[in-house]
Order: sequence, then structure tokens, then C-alpha cells
Amino acid sequence: MDAQTIIAKRIALELRDGMLVNLGIGIPTQVANYVPAGIHVFFQSENGLIGTGAVPEEGMHNRLLTDAGGRPVTALPGAATFDSAMSFGLIRGGHLDMTVLGGLQVDQSGHLANWMIPGKMVPGMGGAMDLASGAKRVVIAMQHSAKGKSKVVKACTLPLTSARPIDLLVTELAVITFPGGRATLQETAPGVSVQQVIDATEAQLEVSPHVAQMSL
Amino acid sequence: MRTLTLADAVALIPDGASLMIGGFMGVGTPGRVVDELVRQGKKDLTVIANDTALPGIGIGKLITAGLVRNVIASHIGLNPETQKKMIAGEIQVELVPQGTLIERIRAGGFGLGGILTATGVGTVVEEGKQKVQVSGKDYLVEAALHADFALVNAFLADYLGNLSYALTARNFNPVMAMAADTVIVEADNIVPVGLIAPDHVVTPAPLVDYLIAQG
Repeated sequence: MDAQTIIAKRIALELRDGMLVNLGIGIPTQVANYVPAGIHVFFQSENGLIGTGAVPEEGMHNRLLTDAGGRPVTALPGAATFDSAMSFGLIRGGHLDMTVLGGLQVDQSGHLANWMIPGKMVPGMGGAMDLASGAKRVVIAMQHSAKGKSKVVKACTLPLTSARPIDLLVTELAVITFPGGRATLQETAPGVSVQQVIDATEAQLEVSPHVAQMSL
Repeated sequence: MRTLTLADAVALIPDGASLMIGGFMGVGTPGRVVDELVRQGKKDLTVIANDTALPGIGIGKLITAGLVRNVIASHIGLNPETQKKMIAGEIQVELVPQGTLIERIRAGGFGLGGILTATGVGTVVEEGKQKVQVSGKDYLVEAALHADFALVNAFLADYLGNLSYALTARNFNPVMAMAADTVIVEADNIVPVGLIAPDHVVTPAPLVDYLIAQG
């Protein structure tokens, strides 16, 4: 299983029946492919849709129905559309049960940086700051390292997305939570040892007394 | 409400005007108006919009044509020309969190001076802004936005100017239709009065100043 699949499958286990969930672009989008059988999840696209469905078949797209990246999507039975004020009211107002976002860095106190690299990439934050500040639960889908450097760091060196700490970090190696503001290893991926995670992590990592293996 | 040709409607917009333009990555952007702005060669525009789309699509055409001096948007990452012109100093860009941007526009249209939001607290977004505490929680004071013109794309407009929208093309459009001195509408379909049921009117006719006639 490749890194992205491990991450997406593990995060999908966080989904519960009836949840309203927003998925960011990249790995987060793949979470929708692994919704556990027997539950119904409402996926929001922040451009104004609840009930976002799969990519339409060739030739069946509608130019007025896209996801937040502007790509054609379908709408599931029971879908609802609305304007951007409503969309972000859902996000900030305590109505969005969970958001899954990508990350550039997560630090040991749970702070997220995911929207710019000064001098290199200044795309704008889009909806990321509202999602990271407003969702009831913030889950980050991120590869553990980039170019051999840990992305789970002692302190974010990139500009923060929110002052509010995230709730859950899932990488291809580990599941990490932040009780009391301290990064704590909860699960390891199949075939990965606790020591391997610690060695691959720049952050000071607490280790739960009951580290489990991800059940994928 | 008056009906105008595309050319006459766009001729109302002077150089240097501030424009709120509906749309999200070009979806729900009034495309004929954008093309006519380029054809008439407007200058020094301020564009308030969610994003600058892609080169060759929607607002991206205004950027490419060099008509824009200021941009207030939440995302420019998919249009490298906006970034290039920003770095070259040809365009001033103010990046605003998307939820804050739409609420600043809503405040402008609803008669409010601004809004309080926790989004951006503790980040670079709070620089230079007033912070207030309400019930023990920190919020940023984000000022209302207002524009000279709102350029709105609706799915249906009736002869009076009542509007309804389709799918994800609604996005910023109905909110912007409240927040500008002059509201110009490009509708995908113009229909007789009564075809949009009262319960389905999203933007009531008195908000619309000009409806662009079909070409």
C-alpha cells in the first residue's frame, strides 16, 4: 500500500454516520474512496455544496457543478447547494463535524502550517484558515517527511494556518494526537516500530502506553 | 431595473472602478462581461473576488490583459500570472481567508461596519488589525467591503430582475448583489415574470440595476 492510501484509509475510519465533513485537495480527497460500509457521510465542498459525489463519467459533466478546485463533480441524491456565506457559516459556526486538510508542517503542540512558503509559494489561504479554526475536529493528512526532512517539527517555521491546535495527525507511519498540547504517538502503521517513528520525527514525541497498529 | 446591451452596460464602468465579480474558479463568473471589459480596455480596476481563476478563464482574462491594479481575493494560487504580476509590483494583492472575505462583503451589503471572526487570530492575517475579546474569546475586527459595481452571474433572471442561481455557480453572486452601488447582471436564461416562483427568488428584483440583454 502506498503512503497516500495508508493515510486516506486510516482517516476514513474516523468517519461516523451522519457526519458533515469537508475534504481538502490532495490526499484528503482520497478519504471519500474509503467510507466504511453502511454509513452515510455528507461531504461539503466549500464552493457551496453538501452531497458532493464522484467525478462524472466522460461527457456527463455540468459546468455549473464543481468542487472547490473547480473540477467537475456529481451531486448525490439529497444534495444541497447554497452561497458562500452559508458555506462558511457551516464551517465557522460549529456545524462542520470534521475537516481533513493537507499539511506542510505540524508541530509538537499541534499547530498547523499549510498555506504558504514565504518567497516561494504564496497562493492564498482560500478556505484553509476558516476550516482549521472553525471545524469541530481538524484532521491532517500529511506524509511524515519531505525530501528526507521530518514535517512533524518542534515548532512550525512556516506561517501558521491557525492558532488553534489540530486534533489528529495521520501520516503513512503514525497516528498522533495532541492531549494537553503534546504530540503523542497513538498508532503505528503495519510493519513500522515505535522507534522508527521516533527516529523519523523531529518533534518531541510522547508515546502512549498503549500504542496500537493501524487497522487498515 | 433597465435592460442594456452588453456594450452599453460595460460602458457604464469607468477606469479605476472597484468591481465585485461573482464566481469560484470561473464557475458563476459573468463571462460575457469579462470579455467585454477586455474588449473595451478598462484600466486600473480593483477586483474583489474569491480568486483569479486560471489564465484564459473568467477573471484570469482581466489579469492577462493587464486591466487590474488591485486584487482582494482568497486564492490566486492557480493563476501564475497573478503571482508574477504581484511579484513584479504591477498588481497589489490582499489575501483574505475565504470565509472572512464573503462575510466582509455580506457586511457591506447588510449595513454593518464589519464582522468579528476568530479566523486568522494568531496568524499573519491579524497584522495591523484590531483584536477584541467577547466572552473571553479573541476575534479580529474585519472591515466591511463595498464596491462601485457588482458583476453578477445568475442562472435565471425574469423581466423584472428577480434572480435565481444554479448548483455551485451561486457562490459569491447573491452576496455581492447586495454590496455594490450598481448591480449588473448577466443571466444564463432570461424568462418571463412568474417563471421563478417567489420561494425560489434568491436575489429580489429591486437589488438589480441593469440586466444585460442576450446577445
